Amino acid sequence: MTESPGQAVLVELSLRVNGEERSLVVDTRTSLLDLLRERLGLTGAKKGCDHGQCGACTVLIDGRRANACLALAVAHTDADVVTVEGLAANGDLDPLQRAFVEHDAFQCGYCTPGQLCSATGMLDELADGWPSAVSEGDVELTAAEVRERMSGNICRCGAYANLVAAIVEAGP
Amino acid sequence: MKPFRYERPQDATAAAALLEREPEATFLGGGTNLVDLMRLGVAQPSLLVDVTRVVDDRVEETADGGLRIGAGVRNSDLAAHPLVRERYPLLSSALLHGASGQLRNLATTGGNLLQRTRCVYFQDVTRPCNKREPGSGCPAREGEHHNLAILGWSEQCVATHPSDMAVALAALDAVVHTSRRSLPLVDLHRLPGDQPQHDTVLAHGELIEAVELPPLPFARRSRYVKVRERASFAFATVSVAAALDVEDEVVRDVRLALGGVAHKPWRATRAEEALRGSPASAEAFAAAADAELAEARPLRDNAYKLPLARNVVVRTLSELA
Repeated sequence: MTESPGQAVLVELSLRVNGEERSLVVDTRTSLLDLLRERLGLTGAKKGCDHGQCGACTVLIDGRRANACLALAVAHTDADVVTVEGLAANGDLDPLQRAFVEHDAFQCGYCTPGQLCSATGMLDELADGWPSAVSEGDVELTAAEVRERMSGNICRCGAYANLVAAIVEAGP
Repeated sequence: MKPFRYERPQDATAAAALLEREPEATFLGGGTNLVDLMRLGVAQPSLLVDVTRVVDDRVEETADGGLRIGAGVRNSDLAAHPLVRERYPLLSSALLHGASGQLRNLATTGGNLLQRTRCVYFQDVTRPCNKREPGSGCPAREGEHHNLAILGWSEQCVATHPSDMAVALAALDAVVHTSRRSLPLVDLHRLPGDQPQHDTVLAHGELIEAVELPPLPFARRSRYVKVRERASFAFATVSVAAALDVEDEVVRDVRLALGGVAHKPWRATRAEEALRGSPASAEAFAAAADAELAEARPLRDNAYKLPLARNVVVRTLSELA
């Protein structure tokens, strides 16, 4: 770590992004989102609000969905990060992506990478039996569950009806 | 954002030592509130001491049948934990009523307790705020305060504590274990008085290591009810955490706490006192709520919280009775 008063502090870090080991020197202030977008050229994850309120920056960190805008890169050294670019193995859309296309689950598309990563993480949480604020008894993938569990992802075009249908279809 | 150094110490002692020699240093947990406040310029730490690998991230049963929750346990893991769901369902529910799935995956138990108010003036460095800059004034007093405090506020500060989790913990008689002492959770957060800059009684460098829940068998029958301005992902307008023990239609015991009404999670001791031994009826629940709210002093635009809090108490207890 190098430092001087009032100046940027640089640190070296390594992490795995979409299966690839990456090592780089970053300013401690760098968010994981800025690292992905500005340093690694992975512009799928979007900067919407930069305050954790819109969900457009959602990626998977060690398999769990998280807001990349509030994650400091330096605090996630050695993490395993998956972005929307990493969802389609070998260029084939995964079932969730196909469901989004089939159900027209977007209009402008800006929130879509975050919606996809969030829904991917959410379906894993559901498979693990995690309850939500609307769950009663055994958790099932209902429209009400999708609406509650996806409330951290805003779609300003208002494609919610189709988003819910796509996610319900792609689920178990 | 002001430049800062970053350290990841090996243990709690080293973490505390790093803070003790640097007044502008602060602990970093999940960062979901702190990083945002740094971006807004509200927090300007010189050094972040990452404690996520220092504090315990396990939930364990205690010898007396309670639970010990490591301060590093993520909100999502705590909400989904089988023993929490079974023994303290109001805690699981409170967590699930807070933030979003993405944020709960990052946020920690210790960090959740130490999150700052979402009062708009506190978060806006272009405006005065006694909490952010002591002595600068409180525009909320006459300004935007429709979702701020009705209980325990001072002329200096009318902010509310934003945590849902802490409301459930207050009801459950949780104990906070820090690097220096153990204290009841209801004594962790303070009322603003003339020092609104201090949210809690913790000293600089004092690290929350765990939260302990004493056994409370009747908490298996408990609820967290939250009213907010949209269906999900919003802070509480009013919330109620309650556990109720009823036998032969008489209240044998009760735990009750309110959120969204004060600078700290509000344990409703007056209401509890009124309820013990009383009939488990809507009338008795309303009378207990009135006893608790007797000292409330609504602001110009938040008097609606009085009947709201009363009604949510009655509804929550009625659902449990």
